[in-house]
Amino acid sequence: MTWVAIIGALAIWAVGWFINTRLANGPKSDARLVGLLVPIIFGLTLLLMWEWLVRMLEVNAVILPPPSAIGVRFVSELPRLWADFEQTIIKGAMTGYFFGAVAAFAVAILADRSDFLTRGILPVGGFMAALPIVGTAPIFVKWLGSGWESKAAVVGVMVFFPILVNTVAGLRDTTAMQRDLMRTYGAGYWPSLFKLRLPAAMPFIFNGLKIATTLALIGAIVAEFFGSPTVGMGFRISTSVGQLALDMVWAEIVVAAIAGSTLYGLMAWIEGRVTFWHPSQRKQL
Amino acid sequence: MKSVLPVLTIVAAILFVWVLAVIPMNMHLTADQAQRDGLAVSPETPAERQDHSGLGLSLRNPSLLGLTFVQERPRLPSPHQVAVEMWDTIVMKKITSKRSLVYHGWVTLSATLLGFAIGTGLGILLAVGIVYNRAMDMSVMPWAIASQTIPILALAPMIIVMLGAIGIQGLLPKAIISAYLSFFPVVVGMVKGLRSPDGMQLDLLRTYHASPAQGFWKLRLPASVPYLFASLKIGISASLVGAIVAELPTGARAGFGARMLVGDQYGQPLVTWAALFAAAITAAALVGLFSLLERLTLRRMGMVRA
Repeated sequence: MTWVAIIGALAIWAVGWFINTRLANGPKSDARLVGLLVPIIFGLTLLLMWEWLVRMLEVNAVILPPPSAIGVRFVSELPRLWADFEQTIIKGAMTGYFFGAVAAFAVAILADRSDFLTRGILPVGGFMAALPIVGTAPIFVKWLGSGWESKAAVVGVMVFFPILVNTVAGLRDTTAMQRDLMRTYGAGYWPSLFKLRLPAAMPFIFNGLKIATTLALIGAIVAEFFGSPTVGMGFRISTSVGQLALDMVWAEIVVAAIAGSTLYGLMAWIEGRVTFWHPSQRKQL
Repeated sequence: MKSVLPVLTIVAAILFVWVLAVIPMNMHLTADQAQRDGLAVSPETPAERQDHSGLGLSLRNPSLLGLTFVQERPRLPSPHQVAVEMWDTIVMKKITSKRSLVYHGWVTLSATLLGFAIGTGLGILLAVGIVYNRAMDMSVMPWAIASQTIPILALAPMIIVMLGAIGIQGLLPKAIISAYLSFFPVVVGMVKGLRSPDGMQLDLLRTYHASPAQGFWKLRLPASVPYLFASLKIGISASLVGAIVAELPTGARAGFGARMLVGDQYGQPLVTWAALFAAAITAAALVGLFSLLERLTLRRMGMVRA
């Protein structure tokens, strides 16, 4: 039985890999469709192997549920997953993300007027961005209660530093020539900020915003491990782990994955609209 | 060196705000305590005090301001309390003691380093595979990039339970989470680095009649080193965060995460804060170590980072 399972899994792998190798090294490998198809086939191959191995080896669902069970759970628990999503992502993560980003912009633009402050903020902010800020979660839960406010606070602090550092660095990213040009136009501080330096800083700012999307989700989910109302993705993950309902945990992770890539994709899309002039946005020919 | 003064100014400003915030944050607590000790407090009943904000209460009781800094279980400890607690638990305790932060730090750090080594090693191997195999590149790379937008950390409690169910406990589950978190940054950075030699350099090697292996060892690998270090610095801090979070929801008995949880559950905020700062110092030390290694290596190799 074990041998059948392993040989079957290898066969699935071989088929998937054969198709992908043919596609990737074939004449049409630069086509857009193939570029999409290959990773999808790879993902499906892995899912099939997972399903096959779990079923054939009769792995206990407490250790690893098969993908089909996760899919079934995902569909049947959709209302509850949606409630968790609303609590954690929309109320916790998005509110915190918004306020953290606005605060970071405000501080960056204020500090930008002084070269002295900028030189202080860049290293300190970079240092803070590398710290395990998510550890402040228990403190915020104690201060603000177990509702979504404390999650938003953790998220706000977590996203603040990457956005701050990137914005400050971006605002410095104009050449002397460009600034001189603005001066010859007789532009004061504000016109040159809005017409030259903010647009020039946009690639940096969006870099910070994109990094912060993942941090926001992590902050909101992990903070719920320390106390939450009886709804929320972190709460559901920790209680489902306790009940050994691992298919529910996986379903929450699917939600987190969809939310994470959607947010990131949204930011990348806005970036493409705002910084269409930047070399990194050029379409490859 | 010219940024020392600005950095110190910013740090001093942060400390100043912190000290100021201590007063209103702890005022209600201090007032209740002062009343039990027979000091005059206005307004007189706790219920009335609840109607005032921390700031308002502070303005009405200037005599109690000093007491807000020495509460035993403050809502917000003052910087010196955290410093004293850290001194006590890092320097004064024997490192074998269960209350020593050095002991807890080592528990977390060993998982971090083990996981980081596994994750970095596998990440470099996969990156080499991706660069040399087009099918692998097209299959794996989109997933590696997409996985960076996913809050992988949410998997932590499940991985611990999963591995616990098949009998793996202790160091290894935490290390696996650390490995997982450092894996993808290294893959993405390394692929970028191994691809960084331009056509001119590759052509030069071809005119030398260099074999693919020579091309790898003499051109691609050295060219990838700056990218590798950038990824390592991201990876090591991600690994540490992973190890700490892995300790949180699982009832771990030792480690920074366990200390934070203990302080939280038993109402000892100083323990939580000390663990938090110790973790921050550890993270800073690790990133600093890799920055130093980066500078030394790049100087040895004659590469000055732009």
